[in-house]
Amino acid sequence: MNVSPLGIAAAPIGSSVPAQRCPVGSGQLLAACRLAWEQGGRLVALWASDERDRDRGFLLRALLGDADGFTLLEHTLPDGGARYPDLSSIFPVAGRMQRTVFDLVGLECDADDQRPWLWQAAWPIDVFPLRRDFAVSPKWEPGEEDYPFVRVAGDGVHEIPVGPVHAGIIEPGHFRFQVVGEKVLRLEERLGYVHKGIEKRFETMPLAEGHRLAGRVSGDSTVAYAWAYAQAAESIAAIVVPPRALALRALCLERERIANHLGDLGYLGNDGGFAFGLSQFSRLKEDVLRANAAAFGHRFMMDAIVPGGMATDLGDDAAAALRRQCDELAREVRILRGIYDDHAGLQDRFRTCGVASTELALALGLTGLAARASGVAQDLRRDFPTPPYDRLDVRPASRDSGDVAARVAVRFDEIFESLRLIRALLDELPQGEVAVLYPPTPGERFGLGAIEGWRGPIIVALDSGAGGTIRRCHPHDPSWQNWPVVEHAVIGNIVPDFPLINKSFNLSYSGHDL
Amino acid sequence: MLHVLRQIARTGIKTEPRPSPATDGIEIARLQEDIRRTLGRALAIRQVDAGSCNGCELEIHALANPYYNLEGLGIRFVASPRHADMLLVTGPVSKHMAIALKRTYDATPDPKLVVAVGDCGCTGGIFGESYASLGRVANVIPVDVDVSGCPPTPTALLRGILAAVSAAPRTGQRGAGATGRESA
Repeated sequence: MNVSPLGIAAAPIGSSVPAQRCPVGSGQLLAACRLAWEQGGRLVALWASDERDRDRGFLLRALLGDADGFTLLEHTLPDGGARYPDLSSIFPVAGRMQRTVFDLVGLECDADDQRPWLWQAAWPIDVFPLRRDFAVSPKWEPGEEDYPFVRVAGDGVHEIPVGPVHAGIIEPGHFRFQVVGEKVLRLEERLGYVHKGIEKRFETMPLAEGHRLAGRVSGDSTVAYAWAYAQAAESIAAIVVPPRALALRALCLERERIANHLGDLGYLGNDGGFAFGLSQFSRLKEDVLRANAAAFGHRFMMDAIVPGGMATDLGDDAAAALRRQCDELAREVRILRGIYDDHAGLQDRFRTCGVASTELALALGLTGLAARASGVAQDLRRDFPTPPYDRLDVRPASRDSGDVAARVAVRFDEIFESLRLIRALLDELPQGEVAVLYPPTPGERFGLGAIEGWRGPIIVALDSGAGGTIRRCHPHDPSWQNWPVVEHAVIGNIVPDFPLINKSFNLSYSGHDL
Repeated sequence: MLHVLRQIARTGIKTEPRPSPATDGIEIARLQEDIRRTLGRALAIRQVDAGSCNGCELEIHALANPYYNLEGLGIRFVASPRHADMLLVTGPVSKHMAIALKRTYDATPDPKLVVAVGDCGCTGGIFGESYASLGRVANVIPVDVDVSGCPPTPTALLRGILAAVSAAPRTGQRGAGATGRESA
């Protein structure tokens, strides 16, 4: 983004993707966001940190993304009483992030919606966990809050509360439906149930260890988070990772994508009443997980990526086995795709169900896999390819209909593309070391990591502290962008289609709640 | 339809032998008999995510795939704690889930078993105890068996579930329905 029309100076950021940072005043913050919106930009993340120990008050950061890369707007607030302008009038996705900035750091904004978002009465509402003078009291007991849901009134309208404990084996969250008959008039999400203080926990960890926590922000995206964290940490230390390690990281990332897509395709079949799909795809997913364990020592490849490279190398035999598995998966998935495509009952459930139109996707900032199913073809692997993706020429999947069927089709397409990438990576696996030493005290800097996980772009914004510590770490999950779109995609659908629609997005609760 | 049948035939039976008694001291046949005699039916499990990263849930899902075939053992997941004999709880228990977890426990009929899953469920794991986390499951509800691992493999989960069942009192009367069947 070119910020020069605003009279703002920009400086490059240590990052694996093109990125710049700009200090902005209150008016400039709003003007820069408006300019970004006009140029087709989007809000990627919004977070704040307590800088009073450095006599700099509080720092609010808005990360914008567009075709040129990332722009980090940094707005300093002199004290906790200062307010900042509401960005949700430009980027609706800012709403929940602004509410979270208040819950965790205590900075108020000028928005109409002042309800808490992650806060659920587990600590007093007027103390803020991410302030540096925050102290936990043993007297705080889990409490219950009376959250003011928006209600729909009218003849025959009733309300269905669902969660936080759901009927299936999924993460906890609350959904409040306003319904007439079977038809959904309105859905309101209430999240934050799995908030476990991840950002505060980061601040007690050494910089060189943070990848382990990053890898547990959302267990299904452990590779993507660990890599994004490693990118941020590596740009802080200005170290260069060996090419073999980068190729192995991409191999892990594509295998993580395949495993999750296989699992989702199984459950989408099952939720559409086709149990055959679940048993077939869950068998294939198990094959992938077992091969992961054989090749990398862990079924989900947790802790395989470390700052500086990889924790383990890939043996020749394991590489050959992964290569053979590509052929087997391609054959099996092709057969199953044919069966799904030909199954009239299944297609009847998938098509025109849970539509997120291109217009809606652009207005609300839908991202990742779901955006690619709604005609918004964004993919960090193609848009800002970092090695080894710069030589792989990734072809992102793209569908326009925005329904469950489109999100199913994108998953199928992406499995085949990931298989192609894995074959290409294994064909030209660089030789040599898989890690360089990560320095114990790389200095106090800011680093940014951005990885296209299976769900969408995973961002890690990292400030290192003195002596190899983490001063602040903000991991951002694409679910922040996509959860609000689910509320829109279910409108007008029937209640029994909600599980299918929800599964077709398959968003993270843990990655969102932190 | 024909290609569905063809694919089923081509895939064959993938279910593997249970963890063998020689390696973990669990006699599967005896356990199935225990489950049948004590309950008069399948063991019903209600899973509760009390704050996990979702990693443990992925492995609990895997238990149902054709390789492990949990239902073939006489164990099934149910949608309500009121139908459950056992709670399978992942952690750490977030403060925001503590009340929901206690209510789920209270809604489960006695006698009941609780299995804490994963390093976080057993000890609080990497998240520990904090302003937002109460740590291990046992800090919130009574736990019978711990299954460690990050996440525990499906085999480890299976062993933990079976260990909890085999450690449960065998003469336990599990409600009027089960007792009626036992005496019949």
